[in-house]
Amino acid sequence: MTATVVTITSGKGGVGKTTAAANIGVALASSGQRVVCIDADIGLRNLDVVMGLENRIVYDLVDIVEGRCKLRQAMIKDKRLPDLHLIPAAQTRDKTAVSPKDMQRLADEIRPDFDWVVIDSPAGIERGFRNAVAPADLVLIVTNPEVSAVRDADRIIGLVEAEEKGPPKLVINRVKPEMVRRGDMLSTEDVLEVLAIELIGVVPEDEQVLVSSNQGLPAALDPKSRAGKAFRDIARRLNGEQVPFEDLAARDGFLGRISRLVRPGGGS
Amino acid sequence: MKWFDRLRGETRSARAAKERLQLVLVHDRADFPAAKLEALKDELIAVLSRHVEIDSRSVHITLTHDRDQQRLVADIPLASARARRRPIG
Repeated sequence: MTATVVTITSGKGGVGKTTAAANIGVALASSGQRVVCIDADIGLRNLDVVMGLENRIVYDLVDIVEGRCKLRQAMIKDKRLPDLHLIPAAQTRDKTAVSPKDMQRLADEIRPDFDWVVIDSPAGIERGFRNAVAPADLVLIVTNPEVSAVRDADRIIGLVEAEEKGPPKLVINRVKPEMVRRGDMLSTEDVLEVLAIELIGVVPEDEQVLVSSNQGLPAALDPKSRAGKAFRDIARRLNGEQVPFEDLAARDGFLGRISRLVRPGGGS
Repeated sequence: MKWFDRLRGETRSARAAKERLQLVLVHDRADFPAAKLEALKDELIAVLSRHVEIDSRSVHITLTHDRDQQRLVADIPLASARARRRPIG
């Protein structure tokens, strides 16, 4: 087997990159595939707490790159999902401790033994971003339906294309269906028309995501979470399944609620 | 009228968001900020005015963007054209 390397990036900070990386990693691993998540945000380690693995870190990404440990020693195995692993970021170093070439070498070392490598990119367009994108087979861009986030996504799309990584795919995160319905939030169609790239997921705003990160249990593990389902759908699409996009805006209204009652299984 | 807008599914601030985005992205993608375009317009008017009488207040210069090309589109009405627009007879 040879792993596909998926890098999750955004340009703008705070749009949900780390949440997306954790949840997509969890969703892929729950379907029995072997997954390594890499936190490429050196100096601002975060993926470990979102995944609930912060107490088990011994070595980190920079330790591997600088030869202080073996790849396997730095990989934390998730006890809930035996196929899920994390390589945490170093906390006391900065982005320059790792180069794009280092990341490519690391990915090449991981590839033969896994199905997926999910890289959580830092915000911005500097070295950290280039490190995260360098080994990518596929880049996912996370945005929010908001002017500043979409603008930054457009800039990142240009940079990813310049790196000749193939067309990136879009995750629209934190959609509030009620606001879209009343015309106060950009719809999925609006964002796609502006950015002109392929969509891979639409994730509704969901309080459960915060509850999950409080507990270090990604929402994708929670069958009742709507955001969790959206992340599981992204994982299925990554696996080549044709999963229809839910019309969040239509479903949240009165008729949507009725149709959910009428069609069991159509909800959550 | 708010309830009426909602009934018709008319967009409110989302429409403004989309229009502002489309405009700012045209400038971002061309790496040509709107203010620079204004400066270009002023210089263009000055140059053109040396050769032909133009209606400088109606000059429009816009950046457009389609799939694979960005272009500057200039609409420069001539001052004399205004007279000809009057209905004949």
